[in-house]
Amino acid sequence: MSMGRGGGRHNPAAQGRIRMDKESLRTLRRVFAHIGDGYLGRLVLAMGCIVVSALVSVASALFLRVLIDEHIVPILLAGSRDLSGLASAIGAMGLLYIGGVASSFLYQQMMVSISHGVLRDIRNRMFFSMQRLPLRYFDTHATGELMSRYTNDADAMRQMLSQSIPHVFSSLLTIVFVLTAMLSLSALLTLVVFAVVAVMFFVTARIGGKSANYFSKRQKVLGDLNGYVEEMIDGQKVIQVFSRESAVRADFEDRNEQLFEHTDLANRYGIVLMPIMGNLGNIQYVLIAVFGGMLAMNPSFSLTLGGLASFLTLSKNFTNPVSQISQQINSVVMALAGARRVFRLIDEEPEEDLGHARLVKTDGQGDCRENAARSGACWAWETTGENGETRLVPLAGDIRLQGVNFAYETDKPVLHDVDLFAKPGQKIAFVGATGAGKTTITNLINRFYDVQQGRILYDGIPVQDIRKPDLRRSLGMVLQDTTLFTGTIMENIRYGRLEATDEEVIEAAKLANAHGFITRLPDGYQTVISGTESELSQGQRQLLSIARCAVADPPVMILDEATSSIDTRTERLIQEGMDRLMEGRTVFVIAHRLSTVQNAQAILVLEGGRIIERGDHDDLIAQRGKYYQLYTGMRSV
Amino acid sequence: MLKKLIASVREYKKDTLLSPFFVTMEVLLEVTVPMIMADLIDRGVEVGNMDHIVRRGILLVALALCSLLFGVLAARASARASAGFAKNLRLDLFHNIQNFSFSNLDRLSASSLITRLTTDVTNVQQAFMMFIRMGARSPAMFLFAMIMAFRINSRLALVYIGVVPFLAGGLAWIMFRSYPIFERVFKTYDNLNLVVQENLRGIRVVKSFVREDHEVEKFSDISNALYRFFVKADRYMAGTMPLMQASTYACMLLISWLGANMIIAGDMTTGQLMSMITYTMQILMSLMMLSMVLVMISISRAAASRIVEVLDEVPTITGPADGVTEVADGSIRFQNVLFSYTGDASSPCMFDTDLSIASGETIGIIGGTGSGKTSLVQLIPRLYDVTKGAVLVGGRDVREYDLTVLRDSVAIVLQRNTLFTGTIAENLRWGNADASDSELEWAAGLAQADEFIDRLELGYDSHIEQGGTNVSGGQRQRLCLARALLKRPKILILDDATSAVDTATEAEIREALRREMPGTTKLIIAQRISSIRDADRIIVLDDGRIDGTGTHDELLATNAIYREVFESQTKGGDFDVNG
Repeated sequence: MSMGRGGGRHNPAAQGRIRMDKESLRTLRRVFAHIGDGYLGRLVLAMGCIVVSALVSVASALFLRVLIDEHIVPILLAGSRDLSGLASAIGAMGLLYIGGVASSFLYQQMMVSISHGVLRDIRNRMFFSMQRLPLRYFDTHATGELMSRYTNDADAMRQMLSQSIPHVFSSLLTIVFVLTAMLSLSALLTLVVFAVVAVMFFVTARIGGKSANYFSKRQKVLGDLNGYVEEMIDGQKVIQVFSRESAVRADFEDRNEQLFEHTDLANRYGIVLMPIMGNLGNIQYVLIAVFGGMLAMNPSFSLTLGGLASFLTLSKNFTNPVSQISQQINSVVMALAGARRVFRLIDEEPEEDLGHARLVKTDGQGDCRENAARSGACWAWETTGENGETRLVPLAGDIRLQGVNFAYETDKPVLHDVDLFAKPGQKIAFVGATGAGKTTITNLINRFYDVQQGRILYDGIPVQDIRKPDLRRSLGMVLQDTTLFTGTIMENIRYGRLEATDEEVIEAAKLANAHGFITRLPDGYQTVISGTESELSQGQRQLLSIARCAVADPPVMILDEATSSIDTRTERLIQEGMDRLMEGRTVFVIAHRLSTVQNAQAILVLEGGRIIERGDHDDLIAQRGKYYQLYTGMRSV
Repeated sequence: MLKKLIASVREYKKDTLLSPFFVTMEVLLEVTVPMIMADLIDRGVEVGNMDHIVRRGILLVALALCSLLFGVLAARASARASAGFAKNLRLDLFHNIQNFSFSNLDRLSASSLITRLTTDVTNVQQAFMMFIRMGARSPAMFLFAMIMAFRINSRLALVYIGVVPFLAGGLAWIMFRSYPIFERVFKTYDNLNLVVQENLRGIRVVKSFVREDHEVEKFSDISNALYRFFVKADRYMAGTMPLMQASTYACMLLISWLGANMIIAGDMTTGQLMSMITYTMQILMSLMMLSMVLVMISISRAAASRIVEVLDEVPTITGPADGVTEVADGSIRFQNVLFSYTGDASSPCMFDTDLSIASGETIGIIGGTGSGKTSLVQLIPRLYDVTKGAVLVGGRDVREYDLTVLRDSVAIVLQRNTLFTGTIAENLRWGNADASDSELEWAAGLAQADEFIDRLELGYDSHIEQGGTNVSGGQRQRLCLARALLKRPKILILDDATSAVDTATEAEIREALRREMPGTTKLIIAQRISSIRDADRIIVLDDGRIDGTGTHDELLATNAIYREVFESQTKGGDFDVNG
């Protein structure tokens, strides 16, 4: 599945009511805490600028009164042509305007750097936390759902920070300032404004409520249709093979028609608010002009012509922020729902690591013949004994499982009382049907999951006591589902050991039998491959993942042999590569090949999470049990 | 490009045209309001003529109500037009995709088709709505307000000649500077998503190589770059509001000064001054709206061109108008077949293939990756067309048959197969919509799927999730096989269709097929020799050519490739115990 489809499947609007509740307020506080953390100065400056710019816009409306009442009318009455007073008033206003534009510019610039900065911090923190989560988290959460926190949710947060929140703030300020100015001009006319605003509220509540309702329904239908499209297009070839085109078409037409109806309604109610608000504003304008005109004619109301002109302009400035606020608050609430999901990911409990034993390089201290023979380096576990003294245990690759029980979900045990041991350099093969527990055992050795009962010892040290990074560094993994990352082939192999030289990478590729096909690629080791699409065949990707493991050169390996869909020749290359990689190491292999099991020191046959048979190939054949059945079942056909 | 898109408007043409018309009417009325207002003030308020105020007042309210009516009508028309346009666009896309052949689908990958049908259509729909509303509103507003302003006082309106180019130029500069940076923003966004996606998929690799910090560094590099580009682009965009304010304020000051002078000189009235200020706002706002429309349209241009690409794609395979509706038998003939996926005869992936298969024969096909096994069999149900030569089924060229008839008689189980959301029974009935329950059981029995279906609590009514992810690989393959068997085809093709099924079960499937479908021609592609060794004939393919044909024993004696594969599989061979 490629990203960027979005398509509204995870759109917060689709998920029920829009309401500001306690939870939202708590999230909002946290968002502000993030702003305060490094952006406080800029925020204060931005807020100050908003105040200035709102004041200037009110002053601009009031200036009309000054212009008319204090300059034009007196000049007309006096019949003089002295314009110096007018000139200086306009000059002063000009200076105010410059201040207004400058503060508006400053505040916009501040908001840009605050919103993007906060978002970058949150994004980085989110990814950092995600990298530290236990594997269980990834196994139980859908990729698309996690992706949408980086896309939809983060984007909604950015919009909230850069637009909605400053808008709400400046709208509130404007309402207060404008209201004060209007009251100072004419309390009676302000009542007219209130009457119209009340109607606007009523209309917004009626239509806006309906619109939100239709909108969330539409999002749901859109999500369903997009899901349907995704599934059908992914299976398009199968549709053709079964000549189902017309059935699928009819089905699509139904869903599409439904979407049309919902979109039509949602849009109609969404858009209609705009002309209604605009024209209600016009009606208000007219009403004020009429009533204001009447008032202005009667000197007892002390409303001048200039006052009326200012009031007319102010009333326009009043209705806009009022209708703005209700819209912006909606989007703030929706963005907060996304922010909550983002924070939940950040707060997720990281992978626990209480281990203290570390992997250290030694210079010949202790016995390190086992690994020195292979890589020339000499490694040991540095552990602290009960009496506090430090002790070095040579890294040998001796692994024991003792009475291990495990379940992914509490009521569904996967492993029952598993005992096994692998001495340094031994090869242990797991054989059994899918779901028998082969992969689970390997998941426990490298502590992707932790045992619930029993224990696992690595060179005599319980694995929980070893720091996870050191434990995993000592274990190599080649999985059936090969994952590569976007980058060059060189970078992908070097992933096994970041400080490996180019020569070492090439050496590893040769060992893995990957060198041949790499050099035949147009750009050789510098060929850029992408992690998600496949320019390389499955077999070639497998070869690269073997090379990646070879460059890491770990003493213990966990291998999952590839099975289907690889042709015999590539498969032989892979086998050779794997066999060379296995040499001199302790290896746990999920076996599919006869040659692998034949030269394994121990074969463990798993069924329903129990080891039902163990021994080498000849023993097991002699036992005439499950292994024999599997083995001869293949042979008899 | 535009013409192609507009073709999808169809029955919503009326609404599409009405929407800008209503919008224009609304604007026209809106623009008359300040003019009448000036009259109300000058001849009513200033001279104390109550009667005039009331008459003008009623007229103004009536105008506003009319404008409201047109506004509501425009909203309805544009909602309907844009929703309808999007509906037709999706429909056209989906219909065309349904006619696509395999080579069309290969060229435009599934994931890109999905993006076009979902996100891209939504974007174009929004741009369309914006265009028929704002695209009409802002120029009309600009034009009418300009005319009014010049009618009131053409000398004063000259102010706009200075300010409008300043604002327009500023907005254009902002768009021009920020647009290329936004393109980089979008690209960086894609990279960021890619890193997240790869990490989510490859978390086992990241953790087992202890590369968390490395990945965090990679991510923050991109995240910081995104921050830089975004801030840079948005800094330009953030100039829009101040620019707008500066222009408005400049107009206000100029009009105040000049207007006051004119009033004093008796060339203008106070009411007119007030209406000039309103027109200033309308003119400048319309410019800003116009720039927003332009940005929106240029952003959606990429989406539009991706959509048009799908609409323009011509299906490469279509059935003849009055195709043959009866397939005589299951015999197959390849006559000098040459095939290339690109249709280019100079670089074929299958050369001069000649082959005759009798009805009811069982044929095994073996060969390395890229040897042409899949290509060979996909020509039979016309999933691809031969580049040269001909493929005959039941004695007739496949191109003469009605496509549905041909594909109903030739069942192929693809290598990359999939199930769909729904129950097991619904999935199986893809093979035959009218199949009875006992027929379903028959097919599931042949495919050895009955044993696990019966163990499920809901049996044939068990739910299958999208892509069949809630059943194991082997189970999925057996369901796909049963689905194909329900067609009761004359020819059955299995393209590596039982690779995840364990060897013992696979043998039972082969035995059941032999017993229950003796008249059906069977072609079996396999990696394992054990899957095909008892076929009537085995074809060895190598590099797009038939390297050898014969029974297992004959090939073992005469064919080097076959012998090599056989030896590698029996000596160091497969120990596959997946089930």
